[in-house]
Amino acid sequence: MPHTLAEKILLAHSDVKRIAPGDIVMTRCDVVMANDVSGPVAFRVMEQMGAAKVFDPSKVVMVADHFTPAKDAISAGLQKRLKDWSEAQGVTYYGQGRGGIEHTLLCEEGWVVPGSIIAGGDSHTCTYGALGAFGTGFGSTDIAACLAFGEFWQTVPGTIQIELTGQKRPYVTGKDVILAVIDRIGVAGGTNMALEFVGPGTEALSIDERLAVANMAVEAGSETGLFPADDRTAAYLAGRTNRSWKAERSDPDASFAARHRIDLDTLPPLVARPHSPGNVAPVAETKGVRVDQVYIGNCSNGTITDLRQAAEILRGRKVHPRCRAIIVPATQRIYRQAMKEGLLDIFVEAGAMVSMPTCGACFGGHMGVLGPGENAVATTNRNFKGRMGSGEAQVFLANAWVAAAAAVAGEIVHPAEVLKGEAA
Amino acid sequence: MIIEGKAVVIAEDNVDTDVLYPGSFLNIDDPEKMKPYLFEGYNPALRDQLRGDTILMAGANFGSGSSREHVPHALKAWNIRCVVGKSFARIFHRNCINLGLPALTCPEAVAAAKPGSRVRIDMEAGVIDVDGTRFQATPVPTFMREMVTSGGLVPWAKRRLAGAGGR
Repeated sequence: MPHTLAEKILLAHSDVKRIAPGDIVMTRCDVVMANDVSGPVAFRVMEQMGAAKVFDPSKVVMVADHFTPAKDAISAGLQKRLKDWSEAQGVTYYGQGRGGIEHTLLCEEGWVVPGSIIAGGDSHTCTYGALGAFGTGFGSTDIAACLAFGEFWQTVPGTIQIELTGQKRPYVTGKDVILAVIDRIGVAGGTNMALEFVGPGTEALSIDERLAVANMAVEAGSETGLFPADDRTAAYLAGRTNRSWKAERSDPDASFAARHRIDLDTLPPLVARPHSPGNVAPVAETKGVRVDQVYIGNCSNGTITDLRQAAEILRGRKVHPRCRAIIVPATQRIYRQAMKEGLLDIFVEAGAMVSMPTCGACFGGHMGVLGPGENAVATTNRNFKGRMGSGEAQVFLANAWVAAAAAVAGEIVHPAEVLKGEAA
Repeated sequence: MIIEGKAVVIAEDNVDTDVLYPGSFLNIDDPEKMKPYLFEGYNPALRDQLRGDTILMAGANFGSGSSREHVPHALKAWNIRCVVGKSFARIFHRNCINLGLPALTCPEAVAAAKPGSRVRIDMEAGVIDVDGTRFQATPVPTFMREMVTSGGLVPWAKRRLAGAGGR
């Protein structure tokens, strides 16, 4: 029987012989991940369940990244519990200064391979689809059961196949691809679905760009966003992991819930306007919006690729006097790479602030929270009302080119205008 | 199982977990202490309508966004008896089921409900009565219905551990 990639992965991780969308199956996970927000709640639930030890310490990883470095004594207490619990359980723990933002970090550190299943206590666990893994987000009670048993119950999703054709134009990135997808299918269009990205256009997307695409699958309501493994995936994984894997893809005659085509030839840089990732428009249509803060970072767009794009704009230019810019390399490794390449110097010289890796301001936690009446351009994944602080603030989501250009112009502009020196 | 109560209505679609429980309060891990922040980014005054007999009637794609379990934990801490949605975001829906908080899909019932409407739900039959008019909810798979009616994933895990002779 023909199967989609998502079905094949689930089938390989369950005891059932057949699988179809809508079935509920107990599913084994290869990796269970949680952070300083979801972890401590899960530990409490695991105790209530009566489970003293995790199912397999070698498959559990904890990352301190949300309120790190501790914003207050309560957060410090959570982080201490995360660390102490990890030590007591003998699981891998990425402490402060030794890791970074969980999803970028787990890919970087070789935890994620094609065909694997990663259960994460964070909705953006779907990021791992970039490497052909079924990563999916859970609340803390699911995570508690995953920690105790290495399993979760899963309703088998249907699959929406997205074919990417054509060639990306300048200043268009993975961010624009996923915003176009959300624009097409809607913020709930992928509910109970996996997204699957295929076609010649995927070949031109680097792993960093695929991370940005897969990361926002959940913003369309999807369980995960899969890129079937290819040569780029293999090259990225080489030297990073010794886990075994093989490339799988959907059978040609598999049944898809829907198919869409996105033509990269005609895709402009896009912006998601307040207060929904589905409120998408070409950057040209938001031109002139005054910007108080630019935020380049987070689990979708805090990669070295994003930092290089930002640096190309900021090199020899200044952040506009009415604007502040915060740049957050997603991991310590990316931070160091950016330092080696001189990118951090470019940022500081331009008047931007370079932060340590943290989820911080993306979710309105700390390290760059917005005030009433402020506008931000962020490379993050959510612009819900109040997401980055005040409910009276407005967040525009965009790629790193657009974000950096907004920092220089103090307003939203097409990046080409800044590079041509036409901005005010 | 029969659930009865009074409707509190969030008619808007795509209400996300950020407005239902803003990120700055995520460093709280005790459900009782989460209560004061429920609905904080949406409409804090809605908390005044929670009198211990609430059935929350919600719009489409309710609970979208973040996986933060703080939302259903806080709903439970307020003794909300059931959530009826036009539809739900996946992770929020799972979280409700796992916490033993019934979450039923029925757009017609939500459309019919007004604040204070009398709501009576027959969980087995999936019938939702709003002010005397009956609506049929989307059928819930047996696995999920049993998970909810037996109290969620914690009792499920306890039974499993007991069956395995402890762990």
